[in-house]
Amino acid sequence: MTAGGNKLLLEHYRTMRRIRSFEERVNELFVRGQSAGSMLHMSIGEESIAGVCRAMEPGDSFTTHHRGHGIFIARGADPKRMMSEIAGKSDGYCSGKGGSMHIADMTLGALGANAIVGGGIPHVVGAGLSYRNRRLPHVSVAFFGDGAAQQGILYEAMNMAALWKLPVVFCCINNQYGMGTRIDRAAANPNLHERAIACGLNGLTVDGSDVEEVHDAAERILGAARNGMPGFMVINCYRFYGHARLDKSPYREESEEVEGRKRDALANARKKLLARATADDAMLMQIDDDAEAEMNAAVDHAVAALSPPVDTMFRDVFAEGEPPPRPLRHHLSMILGEGR
Amino acid sequence: MAAVETTYREALRQALIEAMTEDETVFVMGEEVGRYGGAYGVTKGLLEMFGENRVIDTPIAEAGIVGAAVGAAMTGSRPVVELMYIDFAGLTMDQVANQAAKSRYMFGGQIGVPMVLRMQGGTGRSAAAQHSQSLESWFTHVPGLRVVMPATVNDAYHLLRIALKCPDPVIFIEHKGLYVRKGTLDTERPDGAWGQSVIRREGADLTIVTYSRMVFEALAAAETLSAQGVSAEVIDIRCLNPLDDETLIRSVTKTGRAMVVTESVMTSGFAAELSARISERCFEHLEEPVLRVAGEDIPIPVSPALERGAVPSPQLIAETALWLVRRIAPSWAA
Repeated sequence: MTAGGNKLLLEHYRTMRRIRSFEERVNELFVRGQSAGSMLHMSIGEESIAGVCRAMEPGDSFTTHHRGHGIFIARGADPKRMMSEIAGKSDGYCSGKGGSMHIADMTLGALGANAIVGGGIPHVVGAGLSYRNRRLPHVSVAFFGDGAAQQGILYEAMNMAALWKLPVVFCCINNQYGMGTRIDRAAANPNLHERAIACGLNGLTVDGSDVEEVHDAAERILGAARNGMPGFMVINCYRFYGHARLDKSPYREESEEVEGRKRDALANARKKLLARATADDAMLMQIDDDAEAEMNAAVDHAVAALSPPVDTMFRDVFAEGEPPPRPLRHHLSMILGEGR
Repeated sequence: MAAVETTYREALRQALIEAMTEDETVFVMGEEVGRYGGAYGVTKGLLEMFGENRVIDTPIAEAGIVGAAVGAAMTGSRPVVELMYIDFAGLTMDQVANQAAKSRYMFGGQIGVPMVLRMQGGTGRSAAAQHSQSLESWFTHVPGLRVVMPATVNDAYHLLRIALKCPDPVIFIEHKGLYVRKGTLDTERPDGAWGQSVIRREGADLTIVTYSRMVFEALAAAETLSAQGVSAEVIDIRCLNPLDDETLIRSVTKTGRAMVVTESVMTSGFAAELSARISERCFEHLEEPVLRVAGEDIPIPVSPALERGAVPSPQLIAETALWLVRRIAPSWAA
């Protein structure tokens, strides 16, 4: 049992419960036709990433993939602003320009969620260089899936991190599927951490159904990284549902899904808390209800929030004060307008 | 400091040294930029001056290098990446086009990526098809990137200095054939502002619009033309984004004839963009169609004889101009 013990497990439970509720409400937003588009990738089954996020310090940074809602919640992001962003609203994290796959919050060290598989991985190497050069005590963590572990960019990034002894951690959330392709059809050696060890990093795999194990491992891996020994951790888990909202997973057996969904870090944490008498049913139900209420409020907020005015589309292509792009209507007016 | 004679390479090097001296967050990374001094010598001596934390020799991993620079730029550093050849950009394009270019926008203005990606392209060294291309239009097609291509020694210095203060990613494209070219550097007097096209030679009969090494080919052609009584105005656009098309429009409004000269292959090249803008905006002032004189639509061959033939020469530019202005057909005209 980890330091902080049962109290910490209760905290993990609350975080994981909030992630689960958030994802379920995102789903609902989609069903009601109130999300912006269909690109919604839910992280249900991956909630134990809460253990990694708990091991991070203020000032640490991270990049995430397209399935990163839970990581933002666990790092302290505001569900209302997240939900607004997912709905493409003006008060969303990215003013309605990013959506589900591109949430970012610089105040939390969130360097942005990426929709290119593996695209955000090398950014942590650069963040590590910044911290090293400016003697800052931070670590940068790249979160990505087992799909990204097959991309070449990961190996370039791991090699550089190890070569330059950077304060960097690669966190692979192995939910067993890259879209519809199971890991054993994508990787000859599915023990992904062995690849990191070959590159000269600390590497290990943890059971993602046990948030305490995840947290313990993350403390060790992040601690070493902070001292110049970059690491790689694999969280073995199971993606409970399809790749994206419209995917009903016809490529896998129902029996596999039934088994897979037993690897449930949230349910396991609940069982442990009850068994250890850290919490009783009423207490846990209160946590559940609070999470539900919070996320329902986030949905209500997002639905009521305003859409961005159309002319804001030209903002943020370049920094404020820099020459902006020329709008099409302006261009056409120069050709056909008065003074021609 | 008074104006001095120096080379394009030295001007670039001086800009880097000054920026690194002034701003501790600036660092250089790339293949062979440190001990080797850069494949074309631009970073020579920087390692000794600034140490290995700020002059970083990298593994041969172009995507990883650019990706690392993006992350460094997001976290308060100002990286300068040297990509040894523009031809290697293919390996980096996700990091350039999807990461560096789009982060500010996707994240609603929260995250800027102030990095400079230096690379060199072009023909002239018999480096063959994978080391000689002019790929600027790969980058100008991506919103969020600044793209600059200095021709003169003075621009090499000043545009790099400005690029190193730009809050957004800058694709800084040098020309391998210009590094040893000499010119005047006046650190106090830039040729023009960032995003301003510059008239390199005034003329009345036609406007030649160009950039990078072709500026000198066009100036040589203008000299030949002048001996034959044709007065060509030569405009160096310098910055492809932000692009100053007003200077072009004013010039073509005056001359009534325009020719766009680029080393890059014609099809879907930046010459097409410039030509379209001139055609759209100067329609009633044009006496002739806007011409593109661009590289042949072929990979660059290694033989010097073939390589020279693949890109516009002063002779080709002059002959085409005479055809356009005087209707004197060149010997090769069909």
